[in-house]
Amino acid sequence: MKNPFDNLDKILEHRLRLQIVSVLVANDSYDFNALKELLDTTDGNLATHLKALEREKYLSVNKSFVERKPNTRYKITERGRTAFKKHLEAMEELIKQQRK
Amino acid sequence: MSQNQSYQKDLESIRNLMERSVKFLSLSGLSGILAGLYALVGAAAAYFMVHYPLSPLNYRQESMRDGDVVIKLLSIAIAVLALSLITGYVLANRKAKKQGVQVWNSTSKRLVINLAIPLVTGALFILILLWNGHYGVAAPACLVFYGLALLNASANLFDEIRYLGYCEIGLGLISALLPGYGLLFWAAGFGVLHVLYGTLMYKKYDR
Repeated sequence: MKNPFDNLDKILEHRLRLQIVSVLVANDSYDFNALKELLDTTDGNLATHLKALEREKYLSVNKSFVERKPNTRYKITERGRTAFKKHLEAMEELIKQQRK
Repeated sequence: MSQNQSYQKDLESIRNLMERSVKFLSLSGLSGILAGLYALVGAAAAYFMVHYPLSPLNYRQESMRDGDVVIKLLSIAIAVLALSLITGYVLANRKAKKQGVQVWNSTSKRLVINLAIPLVTGALFILILLWNGHYGVAAPACLVFYGLALLNASANLFDEIRYLGYCEIGLGLISALLPGYGLLFWAAGFGVLHVLYGTLMYKKYDR
């Protein structure tokens, strides 16, 4: 049988990235400040990991201005959604196996 | 900590996060109870101002054929609504502080928008009805539009709010069939149902 560890997504193994993706899967879109508040993290940290996810095309970015302030919204891509699902399944598989 | 436990913890935190990012969980059951009580007091006031000494069980809509009465009823309804909204906000604010979250966040904003669209539509529609003299269906329309608003916002609230929405819609439709009893149905829908629902929510989530 294939080793379930191979099914884990290397990008999503980082906790904050996994959290970002899970919020985006549950919502149409989410903006930077709301993510920051929800995940209780710093600007720099959040931006770094959002960049990484954007590079992998797991999310798409939409920059606009709201009341003259820059507003950046993030949206999950199909690729990101599939990766998230696979990663969760792999995690569940691992838990199941180790229980035996 | 074993690898296994760490995955389990991850899964748990994800589930929690997904729920918190969609649902506004700071709404207090107590505000439902109080809103229901305000509505009951409002309905009693309306009865004594407008229909008394007729029995509440057999008054007719003729009593509404008077601009003055419509203004009085409308002011009571608006006062009940305003008081309920203020109470809801104050209690949600208190609960949010206890939970360590902000009351005005992206989730609550979405909740307000999802509630406001059917409610404002309903309010305008009812004003048009009153303007044209269709008094008999104003109270049923309040209940139906309120129920639709709850359904529309249920994704952003506790799941149980959906059932309150169904009840309000059902009550509104029955009430539309019995035009003379608008006030009674209004008291049942906005008063009794809110008290019942608020009590259930308070027991389940606030303690």
